[in-house]
Amino acid sequence: MPTLKDLATRKDPLTGGHRACAGCGAPIIVRQVLMASKEPVVVTSATGCLEVVTTIFPYTAWNVNFLHNAFENSAATCSGIEAAYKSLKRKGKIKAEKINFVAFGGDGGTYDIGFQSLSGAMERGHDMLYVCYNNEAYMNTGIQRSSATPKGASTTTAPAGKVQPGKVQFSKNLTEIMVAHDLPYVAQSAVGFWRDLTTKAEKAFNTQGPKFINVLQPCRLGWAYDPSKTCEIGRLAADTCIWPLYEVENGKYKLTYKPKEKKPVTEFLKLQGRFRHLTKPGNEAIIEAIQKEVDRRWQNLLVRCGEAPKAS
Amino acid sequence: MKKNMGWKELDFGDSVNAGTAAEFHTGDWRSDRPVFHKENCINCLFCWVNCPDSAIILDENNKVAGIDYRYCKGCGICDTECPTKKEKRALTMEPERK
Amino acid sequence: MPTIAKTGNEAMAEAMRQIDPDVVAAYPITPATEVVMIFSQFVADGLVGTEFVAVESEHSAMSACVGAASAGCRVMTGTSSQGLQLMSEILPIASALRQPIVLCEVNRALSGPINIHCDHSDTMAVRDFGWIQLFSENAQEAYDNILQLVRITENEKVRLPGMATTDGFIISHCMEKIESLDDAEVKKYIGDFKVIKSTLDLDKPITLGSLDLQDYYFEHKMPIVEAMKEAKQVILEVGKDFGQRYGREYGLIEEYKLADAEIAMVALGSTCGTARAVIDELREKGVKAGLLKVRAFRPFPAEEIVKALAKVKAAAVLDRSDMFSNQGGQLCCEIKSAMYDLKQKPLLTNYVYGLGGREISLEDIRKIFAEQQGTASSGKVKQAVQHFGVRE
Repeated sequence: MPTLKDLATRKDPLTGGHRACAGCGAPIIVRQVLMASKEPVVVTSATGCLEVVTTIFPYTAWNVNFLHNAFENSAATCSGIEAAYKSLKRKGKIKAEKINFVAFGGDGGTYDIGFQSLSGAMERGHDMLYVCYNNEAYMNTGIQRSSATPKGASTTTAPAGKVQPGKVQFSKNLTEIMVAHDLPYVAQSAVGFWRDLTTKAEKAFNTQGPKFINVLQPCRLGWAYDPSKTCEIGRLAADTCIWPLYEVENGKYKLTYKPKEKKPVTEFLKLQGRFRHLTKPGNEAIIEAIQKEVDRRWQNLLVRCGEAPKAS
Repeated sequence: MKKNMGWKELDFGDSVNAGTAAEFHTGDWRSDRPVFHKENCINCLFCWVNCPDSAIILDENNKVAGIDYRYCKGCGICDTECPTKKEKRALTMEPERK
Repeated sequence: MPTIAKTGNEAMAEAMRQIDPDVVAAYPITPATEVVMIFSQFVADGLVGTEFVAVESEHSAMSACVGAASAGCRVMTGTSSQGLQLMSEILPIASALRQPIVLCEVNRALSGPINIHCDHSDTMAVRDFGWIQLFSENAQEAYDNILQLVRITENEKVRLPGMATTDGFIISHCMEKIESLDDAEVKKYIGDFKVIKSTLDLDKPITLGSLDLQDYYFEHKMPIVEAMKEAKQVILEVGKDFGQRYGREYGLIEEYKLADAEIAMVALGSTCGTARAVIDELREKGVKAGLLKVRAFRPFPAEEIVKALAKVKAAAVLDRSDMFSNQGGQLCCEIKSAMYDLKQKPLLTNYVYGLGGREISLEDIRKIFAEQQGTASSGKVKQAVQHFGVRE
């Protein structure tokens, strides 16, 4: 488990001067994940907020080697660099030092358009870490719904209207889909939990093979909240069990954060503009449905983590 | 960095050397500025680890030394994450004077 | 120099084995599947040191190639038709990043309707992406083109990706005698890969693939324009050098009995072989017929083609694809455009033919030449664009 003192001795992977919104959670994730690596890193990113704000030519915020290719292929691109590294190392053309390969993608580039590329790269067993900075919508193009968008959230392609209360469907449970790939390491973390995230990233870097971490990233613009609350909202997602923090190491589940007191989902929803319409009379059933689904998923997870008995 | 380079002056491919964004200052985005009070700082580094803009300056002993106003966009996350008590705050937000 | 019997696919895979690229990322697709299959066996048998990435789609194949090439190494792949289309989003990224990726392309008709046989619609559809495109007449040329492409694409004045194409089934699956080079000779011929920038260079970290807005996008396209200009000369130099070394010289175009020809045929790929046979017949009868084979479609050898056709009265330009623009095929449009400034132009008839693998026979070529004789004597083009060999 890296301490903040350890982390402070590492080179910051990002400079200031990037163009992310004030209070953006994505650079927080990047800094925490990459500073958890004791070894040098090489990074790819999907097209999206992160890539756009960090690489407006000729200004790049990346202090490490970085390649952006396209939207749906961060994983495949990263797998290509990793393959080149293996080949060149085997042929003695580069130094044999360990390098950690990291692919970043937003939820659009990971859950949706880049899903096949991710699944393929993970199945092939490349020694790489894929990190999804999951802000639960296509923020870069102006807050459109993705399969990671939660039920009830208003987005520009599933807006709250007179007959439709925002997104109708629940979010896709991508972390579980990645667990089903039988990877050596899969985890879920959130902005607001630096120790949890850096510990998981370090663990991933110490694990050989394909790794996946899904990090919930509050987005002040798309979620519509005060930018100073980015970490707080991330913590509320965990405290309401909307976004539980856990890891699956070689198939073994472990809850890495158990809220002292499980808060109702409304505690999370009420701080965000994307859910504002749900507080209007007539939408109680939606909140109820959200609570019910959160409870169901949480209960399933507790069972998998050995924290609750299996329902008979 | 040279402005408006011609195509013959550009590096190979679209390659650019690491870290050039350090030359781009986003400090003028601020409407509020965090003010650091060293005497109250307990060096927990929560502000530093959670800053999206790498704008918390650490000294040679990796203790908080101040805010890099060239990059700080004034989001206030550092202030929110600072655990110091109300009467002895290490970070406070003040309106930016323009 | 060993002479061996190989199909076009085997010839290309053999060239790949001898090149021994650092990374190959590929996905099977008819009729290029064998290239990938045969190469996979080379990997399985330890005959190459390549890291082979058996991706889950052509999109990921080209994406992984771009990743690997960014790391500063020799990268190859192979595909066809729909596969090339699935890659097409990434093709211009490879050229913008100036990556000398070499692609074994087997020409096959684009869906729909789905078809697995040869035409050039797939290769033509990606003609404007900053890739060098060489067409092969037979398996020997496919082999030679792949070897030369390594030299061409890696030349520092060029540093663009390139594809060498064969015609699906017609070349890809037909057994021919080819002369191959010794393994050691290929190693010597291609030389070591020279790294210019690498995402694995930890001492000099770089960012590749930045967001380029109004202020720099245009400037980043100019080096491709310039590299394509340079590529013409480099293709000539490499082709000449190949001839000096191994006795088979290559240019941007190839002329066959064209010097004194009054009527001519212009074509790409395997059809050129059929045309040669008919030209020989016609010459015996005293008809001054000739062939202009276009080997390089990108860069386009405009000046060379204009010069080669300058004295011809009438020429049939054969396109194995249609642009659906009411202007016929890509080759003819390019040639017409190249001739714009000429005061005296040959009479051109565009024959769009062979779509979806529709056979082009000796009799068909005879018919086309007969029409050219008519055009040459009448001084009039009957129909500028014809869809040849289609039933009404």
